[in-house]
Amino acid sequence: MALTTSPPADLAPAREAATDAAGLGRVRASAFVVPALVLIAIFLVYPALWTLYLGLTNYRLTGIAAARPQFVGLDNYVRALRDPEFLNSLWLTLLYVIGSAVIGQSILGFVLAATLRTVPRVVRGVVEAFVMLAWILPSSVVAFLWIALLDRDSGTVNALLGTPGMAWLLEYPMLSIIVFNTWRGTAFSMLLFSAALNAVPPSQLETARMVGASGWQQLRDVVFPHIRGHVLTNLLLISLWTFNDFAPYLITAGGPDNRSEILPVFVYESAIFDGQLGFGTAISLLMLLINLVLAVVYLRLLRERRS
Amino acid sequence: MSPRELVGRVGFYVLIAVITAFMALPVLWLLLAPFDRTPTLTTSLPEWTWQNFAGLLDNPYALASLGNSVLLALGSMVVVTVLGALAAYALSRVRIPGRDGLLYALLLLSSIVTGTAAMVPIFLLMFELNLIDSQLGVVLVLSGGLLPAAIFILKDFMDATPRSYEESARVFGAGPLQILRDIVLPVVRPGIATIAVWTVVNVWGNFLTPFILLRSPDKSPAAVVLYTFYTEGGQADLGLISAFSLLYSIPVVAMYVFVNRRYGFRFHGGIKR
Amino acid sequence: MAGSRTARIAPALVAVTALALAGCAGGGTASGGDPQRNADATTVSLTIAANVAQGGKNAQEADWIVDYVIPQFTKRMADQGVQATVTLQPSGVDDEQYKTKLSLDMRSGGGADIVALDGIWVGEFAQAGYIQPLDQLVGPAAGSWDGWAQIPDPVEQLATFDGQRYGVPYGTDGRVLFFNKELFARAGLPADWQPTSWQDVLDAGAKLKQLPGVDPIQLNAGTAMGEATTMQGVLPLLAGTGAALHADGKWLGDTQQLRDALGLYQSIYGGALGDPQLQQEAKGRDKSFQEFAAGRIGILLESDYFWRAVVSPTDGIAPMPNRDQVVGYAKIPAQQPGKGLGGQDFVSMSGGSVRALNPHTEYPQQAWQLLQFMNSAEAVRAQLGTARITQRDDVNADVLGNDPMLGFVATQVLPITAYRPGLAEYPQVSQALQEATGAVVAGTAPDQAAQEYRTALEGALGGADDITSG
Repeated sequence: MALTTSPPADLAPAREAATDAAGLGRVRASAFVVPALVLIAIFLVYPALWTLYLGLTNYRLTGIAAARPQFVGLDNYVRALRDPEFLNSLWLTLLYVIGSAVIGQSILGFVLAATLRTVPRVVRGVVEAFVMLAWILPSSVVAFLWIALLDRDSGTVNALLGTPGMAWLLEYPMLSIIVFNTWRGTAFSMLLFSAALNAVPPSQLETARMVGASGWQQLRDVVFPHIRGHVLTNLLLISLWTFNDFAPYLITAGGPDNRSEILPVFVYESAIFDGQLGFGTAISLLMLLINLVLAVVYLRLLRERRS
Repeated sequence: MSPRELVGRVGFYVLIAVITAFMALPVLWLLLAPFDRTPTLTTSLPEWTWQNFAGLLDNPYALASLGNSVLLALGSMVVVTVLGALAAYALSRVRIPGRDGLLYALLLLSSIVTGTAAMVPIFLLMFELNLIDSQLGVVLVLSGGLLPAAIFILKDFMDATPRSYEESARVFGAGPLQILRDIVLPVVRPGIATIAVWTVVNVWGNFLTPFILLRSPDKSPAAVVLYTFYTEGGQADLGLISAFSLLYSIPVVAMYVFVNRRYGFRFHGGIKR
Repeated sequence: MAGSRTARIAPALVAVTALALAGCAGGGTASGGDPQRNADATTVSLTIAANVAQGGKNAQEADWIVDYVIPQFTKRMADQGVQATVTLQPSGVDDEQYKTKLSLDMRSGGGADIVALDGIWVGEFAQAGYIQPLDQLVGPAAGSWDGWAQIPDPVEQLATFDGQRYGVPYGTDGRVLFFNKELFARAGLPADWQPTSWQDVLDAGAKLKQLPGVDPIQLNAGTAMGEATTMQGVLPLLAGTGAALHADGKWLGDTQQLRDALGLYQSIYGGALGDPQLQQEAKGRDKSFQEFAAGRIGILLESDYFWRAVVSPTDGIAPMPNRDQVVGYAKIPAQQPGKGLGGQDFVSMSGGSVRALNPHTEYPQQAWQLLQFMNSAEAVRAQLGTARITQRDDVNADVLGNDPMLGFVATQVLPITAYRPGLAEYPQVSQALQEATGAVVAGTAPDQAAQEYRTALEGALGGADDITSG
């Protein structure tokens, strides 16, 4: 299983050799890794496993079940898988991830990375600044921006499109949050792909052009093999982040009628509003498993064709 | 330039202009509402006023909270970049069996801990460690959640940098730590800068962790204080919120501009081989 | 590769899990300590936790605690030779988040000595063992406070669970129908409007409908409005049909009363007397306030909070400079005269907050003294920068005369009001009701929405045993 970014083809043979180029040695290497792992073990692995245990109980934050939580085995999981609201959430989450991360952020990020290579520095600076701004503004601020943008009565979008009274967040809640998240997260894909495109040897593109390859052929046969690893990294990370993204709650609150209730919102509603922490944590594990499946699918699709 | 090329070029810039407009449009509210006497959720030319900012000055926690945010963000940034870079370098250069699987497993677990469901275990853990109402505690929890992704990204990055420099330096008798300091660090600096900004952005916007772990109001970061500008009935005080949002956004934007100027903010990979 | 890694990681996982289980088992039980512990201490430190923030949410209460309660109480204690350090632990956030934080604190055995709770949380906090009856925690001193005589019984119910007092309530509110007198005048309706049945309200709505650009009635619905749908929507209607949400150990199910209440929603939103989309917007309630202030909503069911903090000419979030002339208010009618809860002609719903003591406090007696002081007539009076309805009859009698609307609520509404059942299941029942109203607004027939409500309720309560039918 290789999750690493693939190095350029001309370095590929070196990969199999021992790669301790600086002569670090096992002891020093361990000393480098251990502090991070200790921190992760205490503050991440331990609470995460504890959380998974809570998923097997009927634990609540208040009431009788808070004083005496009971072990209920897999009841939470059975209940979740039978709950139409959960299945609805799961479906919406998949739409959200595919629409906003896999399609929206990746493609827009790639288009930006590719086009900005050939424009004047100033133009590039301005465009990148806005893309980055969308990424670095805090979610709670961004939520207000989008509510204002899509407002029914005097939102900017309605003013521009000449569609007064169009309630985007009510009529097209999923589309709205998909566009929102595309806007929000494109920066990461753009950055990753511009690094990746730098790694494509210009000579190969030149050659391809000389033999008359079309733009699409160049992309598929010259560019893609070089950036496959970056595509994989990008898809893995943005899917995971999008899958767990809570920001849409601040815009649509999961509504109307749960039509934009993606899983993180569902967990929040169950765990905080209904106080059912056991049930909420069980869903968290289901989300983890689905992420795992997604990762395996990506790996299959993008596995390098060397043996 | 032939007419066909000209049309293509124009179309190309139209595309860029449309994308830029799409990216820029939502930000308008942030630039206008803070100066509006009675801001609403609609973007309109304001009835110009500074009163919203004056209101913030009256708030005992507003400005101090920005300082707290800086403290938490810088603390987490140092922990995540230093530990993350060391671990990523070692994992990239030394063969450890199963490391990719382990990294991805940690990445998946981090999504649990950053969600709302894990707050009870985290709170009780921090209570046992006597780290409630401690900014250090917040830094540690946030860093633990961010480290797996940071290592994941940095390792990818280190993998892509050529080993030839390190090998040559070794030939000339440099020790491993010297190589790390003088050869590797300068080469990977843009990547570390990227992770630093990414960490700050994540910490800067995090509400839940500092909210449940801190008690003293004078330690609250801006993300928590922003949530207090609501009235008794839960209605948003848009005047204060918009003004504070603007102030709240400026430091991260400034940091990005600084890092971008100083180190170049992009993923690495441009070494000509 | 997988095999060898598993072999190495597995023991570590087992160890960590064992640790987690151990950690989970601990904590959570309240200590039933001696009420007299540290009663003679000469240095005392006390903390007050409340969902307030200076310069933010409930700033006025925060200022009062910091600028009045703390210095005054410290001075009193100093006069008794006790050096007291009192601090405020503010939050000023969403109620649910504040509740989460409090629960975590109290579960771990930490937390402030005095905690402010929404009255509706008292039951679930008591069941979880986070709070204890005052009699048990403080001893006989709890019952002998003279302030109890000033607090009306229904208000005291806010702090009561299973017949025992868990804290002292502070303040309450009442719900009425607000209406825009200017719009009423244009529609030919009287300025002293007082409907006596639901039909009267619908008739007024039909007249308001003639005015262009006006939504006649705003009756909160759907889940986006959250608890505002339950308290300013379903529950006052249910009270108007004579139904209590929880009675004799059973929750209200799919009954005729519920179907009637949902039917009124259908008449309003299906009859173009209200704006269905507004109910679904994430910021719909904010918007309903702005619309009312802008003269685009005729009738609005809200609490007196709307008068004090929303349309208040000076410090409202949707200020109406001419509020006193334009905004009218009327009691909420029962479905028909005499059909309301307890045979009443008019109904209302109220809520309110409570301050309770933390069972883990080191200084139960001193904390109780502080709590008494915070609820004394002079302290309550000192808080009244802007008028509101306090918990004390004596203070209300003095101050509410200055504000006719609040006086109206205190004298006309509070005697007929009702409170929510303070049980741990309530939030889920409330949400099921919100969903039912949302469905009706979206076009579902009331009968079907009521059936779906019952199904949701069975899911939430784990069975049909505790649900009424009919």
